[in-house]
This record gives sequence, structure tokens and C-alpha cells, in this order.
Amino acid sequence: MSDPTEEIPEVDYVEGTGVPVRGNDIDTDQIIPARFMKVVTFDGLGEFAFFDLRFDDDDNEKDHTFNEERFQDANVMVVNANFGCGSSREHAPQALMRWGIDAIIGESFAEIFAGNCLALGIPTVTADHETINELQQWVDDNPDGKLEVDVAAETVRYGDESVSVSVDDAQRQALVEGIWDTTALMKANRNAIDETAGSLPYVDS
Amino acid sequence: MSSGTLYDKVWDRHKVTTLPNGQDQLFVGLHLIHEVTSPQAFGMLRERDIEVARPDLTLATVDHIVPTADQSRPYSDDAAENMMSELEENVRDAGIEFLDPPSGEQGIVHVVGPEQGITQPGKTIVCGDSHTSTHGAFGALAFGIGTSQIRDVLATQTIAMEKQQVRKIQVDGELGEGVEAKDIILEIIRRLGTEGGVGYVYEYAGEAIENLDMEGRMSICNMSIEGGARAGYVNPDETTYEWMQETDFFREHPEKFEELKPYWESIRSDEDAEYDDVVHIDASELDPVVTWGTTPGQGIGIHDPIPAPEDLPEDKQDTARRAQEHMRVEPGESMEGYDVDVAFLGSCTNARLPDLRRAARIVEGRQVHDDVRAMVVPGSQRVQRQAEEEGLKDVFEAAGFDWRNAGCSMCLGMNEDQLEGDEACASSSNRNFVGRQGSKDGRTVLMNPRMVAAAAITGEVSDVRDLEEVQVA
Ligand code: SF4
Repeated sequence: MSDPTEEIPEVDYVEGTGVPVRGNDIDTDQIIPARFMKVVTFDGLGEFAFFDLRFDDDDNEKDHTFNEERFQDANVMVVNANFGCGSSREHAPQALMRWGIDAIIGESFAEIFAGNCLALGIPTVTADHETINELQQWVDDNPDGKLEVDVAAETVRYGDESVSVSVDDAQRQALVEGIWDTTALMKANRNAIDETAGSLPYVDS
Repeated sequence: MSSGTLYDKVWDRHKVTTLPNGQDQLFVGLHLIHEVTSPQAFGMLRERDIEVARPDLTLATVDHIVPTADQSRPYSDDAAENMMSELEENVRDAGIEFLDPPSGEQGIVHVVGPEQGITQPGKTIVCGDSHTSTHGAFGALAFGIGTSQIRDVLATQTIAMEKQQVRKIQVDGELGEGVEAKDIILEIIRRLGTEGGVGYVYEYAGEAIENLDMEGRMSICNMSIEGGARAGYVNPDETTYEWMQETDFFREHPEKFEELKPYWESIRSDEDAEYDDVVHIDASELDPVVTWGTTPGQGIGIHDPIPAPEDLPEDKQDTARRAQEHMRVEPGESMEGYDVDVAFLGSCTNARLPDLRRAARIVEGRQVHDDVRAMVVPGSQRVQRQAEEEGLKDVFEAAGFDWRNAGCSMCLGMNEDQLEGDEACASSSNRNFVGRQGSKDGRTVLMNPRMVAAAAITGEVSDVRDLEEVQVA
């Protein structure tokens, strides 16, 4: 392989309109209920994002921003604390991505969830409670307003505001340098892998 | 930065290199796969025309969607059948061993790994399942991974990770009557919070942990993830080595045992190891713990009052309010006497033989309450067989429990075993999230397996210590 990283796009910047999803501890069962996981591909998961929060038993729409017409084109989600806690299912970020989300701004993220997002090239950037509240309010008031998530500079610009946000160092580097596709990166180290395997007492070569 | 801990040592032994993105590339000693999270990863591999690198270090089983009653093929649920046949095809093509139901070795992936003797001290173990932390009970470094990482592991037998901090959780003192490993971990999560472990690996140590059998240690490591820690482990000791020796694998290969034991000894945390944080828990103070809410951190001693949301830290109040509304509980009350409709004895937390034995001693000679449907779902076919041989099945059935085949079952309600409507369930599983057990209005109360048995009998959340234990052969 000549350059294992050549096909991995850089994600240093995401822009678009926002959608607020309020509440702490929104777990993966809420993001994508387990009954929608009985699939062998991720295609089509988008319509089931937040399903039980969006629909009642009779499939009537409930109050949820993902149901609102004005947010249908949004690609930047603004959430609160501990978003994505629960299971390691990648179906959760997959569902959000297929619904149209390209970046998430929040108070904090569950670790596996953030890792799963990174593997899809979706930045998960964080800011404090107040900043997020204001941002959610602004998005609510300006559903067509443009948000710019600058992963490299760790800022979010909206309206006349520019706020600083945090992006985990490794995540930022991976996104900005286009080295988030770890399969390609790691496959290039074939010899070193064999060497490590050979040094382990329990691995038969 | 920690140093000299099992985590540091196993990490160093498995580190291939540091990647340009700053993460370490680690060799994976054992990759476990199941039907829910693997098919997409195999799909991605096919898209790129990549072969499975080490099928010999990969093991598959089926647990989440497998029906626990009628297991004849094709499964009555098309989606389940579809996932099963997809897995069968993938493992056949790649040459991966598959512990399927006809093999007699099928079960929840975190129950079968240890049973097969392939969960071993000092291994790195991954699986597309957050409760992979269970295997840490053996002194393995084990963590759940997402589908893209499964793809990485299938393609390279390695994984990209950042090193985390190590928190030692020192559990001293002796557990009281009726109090179990499950109560220790529920207490840890209650105290440190469901996010308390983010960025940490937990090392469980101290007298109370050392005194536990392997099954108890597994119950604790299992729920590390509910405490926010991606991995948790116990240093291997004589209890661990005895387990290893008893497995089919090491019975057949006693020379392997001798060969590996020095390695297992060498990766134990040093006496003077340095930790990033240390937390002390006194096991002797614990009562059986039950949850009152919809996160595993919302636990209390059986006689303790449910907290008022306004007494909790500010960022927990909102979640607590919603949880109390969902569960229909009031601050100030205890959970004792909370009506239950379903009793579920199962899951990778508490469906191993000693769990079933202890619960059987409670139900022996008693009857499941009229208003309760109760079921036992053994963690694996092996557990099921042994339990049947010991007569536990008869005890449970005589009491009115439904005795099912092995699988995840009502732990997450992906097969036909689900809560209906707003049923309340006394559950030995690990998650009480809204909708977790198959009904979004369902209510889950987590507790230890003997407490589940007691709730099945009385029809309400009860202190098992109030029920006289009956001895079962
Ligand atoms: S028993 Fe429950 S927690 Fe364990 S692997 Fe199955 S679904 Fe996950």
C-alpha cells in the first residue's frame, strides 16, 4: 500500500443548521431502541432515530425536535450532558448520521459513543452548560441560522457569536489530519503486529 | 499516570506501536463476536475486499436474538432468522469457530468465554458489546468496542486506543448475610455515579473481592461499564487459576497451564503500583441494593429512602425527576413493597450456576406469587445442563418459574421475552434504562438474584433476609 491514509477525508470543519435535543443522560436505547437493531446493515436506520421519543404507541408524532419541519435539514445537533450513555451499539451514531447529523455539540458525551462517532468522522465537541443552553436557544430561535463548527480551531460560530469549545486532542488530530480511519492506518503495520503477536506466550503463530 | 498495574503491564505487552493519530495500536488476544454487532463489520470488510486476519483468535456465539423457548429453525421471527443466518455465513466463510445452539456450548458471549477457558489472565479481549468488561474478572484487559472497531479487529487483529487512568477500588470488610457481589457493584455505581468511571479502568481489590468466587468477580466487572468505566479487572490469584484448571481446555492441555501460569503471575499489579485514584468501600456496611430509577446509579439499600431530586447534585435532578415519574415512586419511601409483575433471573451479570443455586435455595418449597410471571434464563447451555443435573430446574419449575433456554432474553428484550405495557420487573440484569426490557413503559428494578427470587415469591420488592433459606441439594 502506497499511502494508507490517502482516501480518508479530513473533517476539520462542519457547517450547517442546528437542531437542539435537550436533556441529560440520553442513552443509546433512546437514540435507537433495541428492536430496530435486528438488521444486518445500517441502511435505513435514520428514520428510527429517537423513535420512542418521537412517536407514541399508535405511531402518532410526539413533541420532539426531530419531528419538527423546521429542523429537517439540520446537520449539527446540540445536546446536553452524558449524551449517548448506555450500550456500545454503533447503531446509535449510525442512526443519527443517516438522519443527517454531521457534527454534535454537547456538554459531555459517553466515551464509547464519542469513539463510535469518531469512527464515522462525526466530531463530538463540548462546551459548558451555559454555552450549550444559549446555543440551543439560538438554534431554536434560528432554525435556518448557520452554525460553523471549526474542529481545528475549537470554536463554534453562530450569528454574531463565536464561542470556544473543546475537542479531545486525539479526536481533533484524527479528524483534522484525516487519519480517523484506523483500519487503513493499522493495516500498514503488518510486520510490527506479527512481532507483537509472536512475543505473547499465549498466541500460537 | 499509573505504573506497575496489571493494566500497564498488559497494555505494554500488547502494544504494537503508536499511531500517527496519537493512539496506541494494541494486539487483540481474543475477539468475541455475536450476531447483533458483527454483520455490519463483516459487510465493511467485504466492501474493501479484506480478509479476516486471525480467525484462530476469534470466537462466535449467538445470544441476543436467540429465542429462549422454541429454537427450531427457521426462527419464527424473520429478523432474528436473518441475523442468525448472516452470522452463520460470515463465520463459515472466515473459518471462525461458532458456538451455536446445536454445539451445546452456546450462551451469552460473556458467559461462554470464561467457560471455554479462553478468557485468560493477561489477554486483551474485545467484543462488540459493552459488557465485555466481564472478562476482566480473570485479570484480562477486556473492553467493548463499536462496529468500526470490530472491523479493525477483524482486518488486523489490533485496535487503536488511548491509554486511560487506573482507579483502584478497594473493597474491604466482609459481606453480610444475603449481600452479594451485585450489591457491591451497585453501591460503587451509586457512589461514583454512572459517569464516575469515564476515562478510567477500574481495578477491584481488597478482601471482599478476593473472597469472591469467579462468578461474583464477573458480576462486578460486568457492570464496570454502568459505572462509566470501559474496563474493570481483578488481579488473578489462586481462585482464578483453579477456574482455569477446571476448564475443558486446560484439562486437555495441562502443560499449557504450567506454561502460562508464570505469565499470569507476572502481570499482576505490583505491591507498590501507582494508581491515578483510590476509592475505599466497606463491604460490611452494605445491605442488598435495589434501584429506584432508570439509571443503574439510582440505587439504594433495601430499607433506605428514595432521595428527593432536590437533594441530589444539580445535574442529576432532572433525570431523577423523570425517573421517579416513570417508576411511579415517591421520595422518602423505600423500595420495599414495590409491586412487581415479572421476575427475571438471567443475563451476563447473574445467570451463572452459583447465581441460580442461591436463588433456588430461596424458592425451594415456595410458590411464585399469583400476580407474577417468573422466568429463569440460564447464561449458557452449559449452565443450563449443570443446573438441570443438579435438580435446580425442578426446584424452579415446582415453584412456578418458567425454565428457558440460554440467551440474553429479557435483559434487553430483543427476542420474544419482553415486558408488556407498564409491567414492573425485578431483574438480575444490569440495565434499568427506559425501554430496555422491550416495553417503553416497562419498569425495571435491578437487584441481586436472591432478591429477584424473593420478589417472585412475595410479589413485591422484598428483603431476601426476611425469607428463611431452604437448603437445596
Ligand atoms: S445479557 Fe444483556 S447485557 Fe449481557 S450481553 Fe446480553 S443483552 Fe448485553
